[in-house]
Amino acid sequence: MADSTALLAHLRSLAAPAVPRQADSRPVEAWLADGLAPAQLHEVFAAEADDGPSGAGFAIACALAADAMPLLWLRTEASERQGGRLHATGLAELGIDASTLLLVLVADEAALLRAAADAARCPGLGTLLIESWGRAPGLDLTATRRLMLAAESSGVTILSLRVAAEPVPSAAATRWRVTAAPSRALEADAPGGPAFQVELLRRRGGHAGLGWCVEWNRDTRNFDSPALSGAGLPLAPGGAAADRAPAPVRRTG
Amino acid sequence: MERLRTERPHLFVGRAEAPIAFVESVAGGIRLKALDREGVRAGLTVGLTLADARARVPDLDVYPHDSHADHGWLERLADGCHRYTPSVALDAPDGLVLDIAGCVHEFEGERRLAADLEDRLARRGLLVRHAFGDTPDAARALARFAGAPAPDERRAVKRLPVAALGLDDDATTALVRAGLKTVGDVMARPLSGIAARFGAEAATMVRRLSGEVKSPIVPRRSIPKIGVERRFAEPIARTDYALEVLGELAAEAAGTLAERHEGGRRWEARLFRADGLVQRLRVETGTPTRDVALLMRLFRERIDSLADPLDPGFGYDLVRLDVALAERLDASQLKLEGGEAQKGSLQEEGVVQLLDQLGTRLGRTRVRRFGARDSHIPEQAELMLPASDPVPTAPWVPPEKGEPPLRPIYLFDPPQPIESMAAEVPDGPPHRFRWRRTVHDVARAEGPERIAGEWWRREDIPTRDYFRVEDRKGRRFWIFRHGLYSERESPRWYLHGLFA
Repeated sequence: MADSTALLAHLRSLAAPAVPRQADSRPVEAWLADGLAPAQLHEVFAAEADDGPSGAGFAIACALAADAMPLLWLRTEASERQGGRLHATGLAELGIDASTLLLVLVADEAALLRAAADAARCPGLGTLLIESWGRAPGLDLTATRRLMLAAESSGVTILSLRVAAEPVPSAAATRWRVTAAPSRALEADAPGGPAFQVELLRRRGGHAGLGWCVEWNRDTRNFDSPALSGAGLPLAPGGAAADRAPAPVRRTG
Repeated sequence: MERLRTERPHLFVGRAEAPIAFVESVAGGIRLKALDREGVRAGLTVGLTLADARARVPDLDVYPHDSHADHGWLERLADGCHRYTPSVALDAPDGLVLDIAGCVHEFEGERRLAADLEDRLARRGLLVRHAFGDTPDAARALARFAGAPAPDERRAVKRLPVAALGLDDDATTALVRAGLKTVGDVMARPLSGIAARFGAEAATMVRRLSGEVKSPIVPRRSIPKIGVERRFAEPIARTDYALEVLGELAAEAAGTLAERHEGGRRWEARLFRADGLVQRLRVETGTPTRDVALLMRLFRERIDSLADPLDPGFGYDLVRLDVALAERLDASQLKLEGGEAQKGSLQEEGVVQLLDQLGTRLGRTRVRRFGARDSHIPEQAELMLPASDPVPTAPWVPPEKGEPPLRPIYLFDPPQPIESMAAEVPDGPPHRFRWRRTVHDVARAEGPERIAGEWWRREDIPTRDYFRVEDRKGRRFWIFRHGLYSERESPRWYLHGLFA
């Protein structure tokens, strides 16, 4: 009963359009800060398995930009086998303090959901990053709604990183698609800092379907927008993300 | 044998009468290793070949002898014997030694204790032979060997056959040939002579049996600092009620801990079943605690995560809670716990409890944090530790300003082989490589970063040349060539990590 009253209150608050519409001319970091509101569930889709690191990088960058630490990273053993294990030195080079990073490995998706539900209720955490590979049928509308409610009451920002998965209806506040983007070359044509092609697929009560190319700046803890792509510009043709039509905006939750 | 009856009862339905034998393959054929009572009555002996035994008793039931499982079974029985004393030792392959000094008051005498133990094991179908002794060796010898009846222990030991000394076959035969039939015969001789003729071992064993030399048993478990227990006159069959009792015990232990200004970090609950088996539940917390509600939550979590659910069987008749590890915890610390911790640190309120909860459910080693280690080999430069362990002190090297990340966020261990297609120049990165059936065209590259093997450990480890490469789609990889061209003919390429 307590659950359903909370849900009803939540639904009522959704019905009232509280979120103001954004002007497209605002800088990227403001957009991202607005998109990744604290104490909400956000979904980050990495279009293909090879984009997994970009999705993870974007998620960590968002957590760092919001200064929502400590971060608990929840992943299955299958994703560790497929995607490699976490390397704290590399994560530290994105700007995260390795001593505030926790890793919880679980055996399967059921355990992942259960651990996520527990962690989402822990107000001491800043960010909960749930990494899943493939279709992950357990992360459905009901599960995401539960996570969203838990996030709202505990204040934990939940990022659901979905590698090699297609969007399904969910209760998340925003949904992003991240693909790798060519970095700004350094001298001698060396690869530069982490750059991502991000696309806002869906946003509750706001615009969606916009894309940017952003570069994460560890030293300022901000996203820079490289010159090759301006705010609000359509995605570069031929990119993996441009092949698909943006998912329709639907109010689930 | 009774292990088999317990674990595979279906084997014995309807054929209780047939003799059973356990066999072992040894040089020269399959021989009997152990027999049940029926088998002995049928005239079989241990050591007979299986073919001979079958000829004598055609309906003999034969099972392979599994010494490993037998040992496990003995350990379970030993666990069950912890209800009598904390100090229990195994006397492999089929004996237990209990140090019951100071433990008999609950049973009004050692004979009552032994009777209780025999009853309990008899319910499982086990046949027990027991004996008391002032030293573990005397008790062991008296239990294993039958001597002539005697009024007291000293004389009983003296009347045992020399085999009770536990020497090897040659020495025993030599003693018998010398006309020494009983332990008393040996004791009557000067020990120096015995040692000279039959070896020092014989003299030592004689002294041990007579109690001249102390040989304390090595208990299987260390004796906990705090232990509380509750016995029931009638076994309780409901697990819920057993847990309630456990909660009361936890409150009792917490009271004792509070008096000592301590909190428990490692707790062990043991539920002793009436039939002599025991179920144990262990929980561990990241910080010392006296919080009963938290403990009970962790115990419930542990029960949920058990592969086999708790089975009360005929009921529990003893519940015990031990604090295996306790650390200092002052009363004032509890109040300040939330206030003292800094925001963003792992000590923050709730996080420790969450980690305990997840660690109890998933296993301690699956909840991890990272520690730096002093090594230049990338895969050895850091540790993943259980989050409840203390953090190592090696510092993290902060990244340099303005530099792009030089280490990947995901690392493959072991590195994944890739197929290099068209290397640019001998010391350069490949133009194109294939990984997981996908071809990547290298657009940008930096390197090599040369990482030599730890030559002070082993000399033949090839040097690795690492490159940061980016393909045309913007995916960044960390690849290396295993060995210089001068070191080996055609060095292989590996992908070691992925950058954000």
